[in-house]
Amino acid sequence: MAKIDDYTPIVGQSTIDDLRLLAGKLAGKKVCHYNSTAVGGGVAEILNRMVPLLKELGVDTRWEVIKGGKKFYEITKKFHNALHGKREQLLKSDYEVFLETNRKNAAEANLSSDIMFVHDPQPIALVEKKGSNKWIWRCHIDVSNPDKEVWSFLSGFIKNYDAAVFSSQKFSQILPIRQFLIAPSIDPLSDKNKELSPEAINSVLDNYAVPRDKPIITQISRFDRLKDPVGVIEAYKLVKKYIDCRLVLAGGTATDDPEGLAVLSEVQERAAGDPDIHILMLPQDDIAVNALQRASSVVLQKSLKEGFGLTVAEALWKGKAVVASNVGGIPLQVTHKYSGMLCNTVEGAAFNIKQLLNHPQYAKKLGENGRNHILNNYLLTRHLKEYMLLFLSVFQSQDMVYL
Amino acid sequence: MEATVVANAPFHFYTRLHLTESTGIRICNLNEMVAALQEVPGSCIYHHTHKFLQQHEYLSPEPPNDFAFWAKEALGDDVLSEKLSSIDIIQFKTIRALREKIVSVMKEHMSANSYAADRCANPGKEFWLLKSVSFIIPTSYVANNLAEFARILEKITINSIYFHIFEARLRLEKESNDFSNWIADSIGDKELADMITRLDPYTYALEDLRRTVIKLIKKRM
Repeated sequence: MAKIDDYTPIVGQSTIDDLRLLAGKLAGKKVCHYNSTAVGGGVAEILNRMVPLLKELGVDTRWEVIKGGKKFYEITKKFHNALHGKREQLLKSDYEVFLETNRKNAAEANLSSDIMFVHDPQPIALVEKKGSNKWIWRCHIDVSNPDKEVWSFLSGFIKNYDAAVFSSQKFSQILPIRQFLIAPSIDPLSDKNKELSPEAINSVLDNYAVPRDKPIITQISRFDRLKDPVGVIEAYKLVKKYIDCRLVLAGGTATDDPEGLAVLSEVQERAAGDPDIHILMLPQDDIAVNALQRASSVVLQKSLKEGFGLTVAEALWKGKAVVASNVGGIPLQVTHKYSGMLCNTVEGAAFNIKQLLNHPQYAKKLGENGRNHILNNYLLTRHLKEYMLLFLSVFQSQDMVYL
Repeated sequence: MEATVVANAPFHFYTRLHLTESTGIRICNLNEMVAALQEVPGSCIYHHTHKFLQQHEYLSPEPPNDFAFWAKEALGDDVLSEKLSSIDIIQFKTIRALREKIVSVMKEHMSANSYAADRCANPGKEFWLLKSVSFIIPTSYVANNLAEFARILEKITINSIYFHIFEARLRLEKESNDFSNWIADSIGDKELADMITRLDPYTYALEDLRRTVIKLIKKRM
């Protein structure tokens, strides 16, 4: 696990000094993160990196996970979908199970830390046990168009928090409490993003039988219709008419996700007969993701809907030319024709890919600009700094705070 | 001016970190914008006219304030965008005065162009009113003379230079930036102070600004 000083060569000494300065201002404060899982998913991934770094900086931090049965997680999955705008059938008994689970956890938990930092809807009702300490609700979901019933139910708890945090201004809501905007981040020292030697990259490509004889276009994402893998193949086919290239579609799908398997099957059918399309199943193989992105000439993220879309930041961090859909948090990461290319259609994606493959110097420049943008805005150190500022801010009400 | 002339009072370097807070207010057209800008806290005006200095240092093609960017990209109103881009922020000593100028440019534009008031931003291109919460933190750096001052400027975090040049002047409503004030009052070099005051910091990237101030001081020493 990386130590805080390991980030100095990447972000500079002054950034690390700022983190130490802020951590010092939190001396004596206890922080408790609460979420729904210790492994798997973006929130756990970030907390797994962030909590040890906060501790190393001297911030007294612990991380707790809500305990619930199968039914509870089925209900919170429905909540999740509904917050993304999907219609879900929720029964009165579903809300009761949700509340009962939260209350059972609250009865057994230590909720007395100075700052209780609750992530996503699953543990949101723990706030019923709020004392005089500060509570923050961190929403990692795109709630720009939530199902009204579920949002209304959750709002009953959100209003009891001291502050809420959203990843993008597009997700913010009219609320009676303060709401801060903090974007997610990537860790430049994780297996998914760290530097790899050419030998390590070649080894992964050999392992997955992807030759490097032609330019490679890659999309990394699970096999989900919202990631539009079929659209990716269509765009590749439009490009292939003019430029000989390979397509890598790499991701995973849970074996218990019938829709994921159906999508994978559609993708395989659409790709059948073309040996230059490589469909790779690589669940939890971060080094492989890293190597495939680094070996690519263009990284594609042709999602139809996206939360923040951190795979874009991962590719930009590697200095790659990116073609990505103009949805969710992607336009925050990509400025069209400056740090990548934005698209809205299959045809637009194909046109942009052709431009980048035919003009490698232009592609290189976009990649360099993109890497700088990620360096300045989307690395874990910025995220750490903003979380510590957030912890300090709940004890202040002014817009100018002297520490 | 001797580089080692001891200042009447030392210069304490502060740094500034910020967090973005959302008001939750979403604006769809210019009419709504004018109404909201007259009500929102000064920290909103500050955020949308200064965010670019730090966030977009590497994305220089963007216009220099969010209002101008929105007018062009969301409303398709290039004329208004140019008028808003051209507001010379350095001329304003308070956020209040800057707010009045922005509102007057928008109102004049609406009076002269009947289409302007109600032209709606495309879905997804609405303007979200945000504000900056600033945290001012003392650093361990203290200068007792110009030579020390220049040496510290070379190594201090860019956030400190940002604070003393931009935020202290406009948000704390000082007549000039902190560097010029100290050089004039504590070192007694009014001429050097004026040279730094005359720089338009809004036209520099922050690192260029650092280099320019250091160069002026070293030349003087």
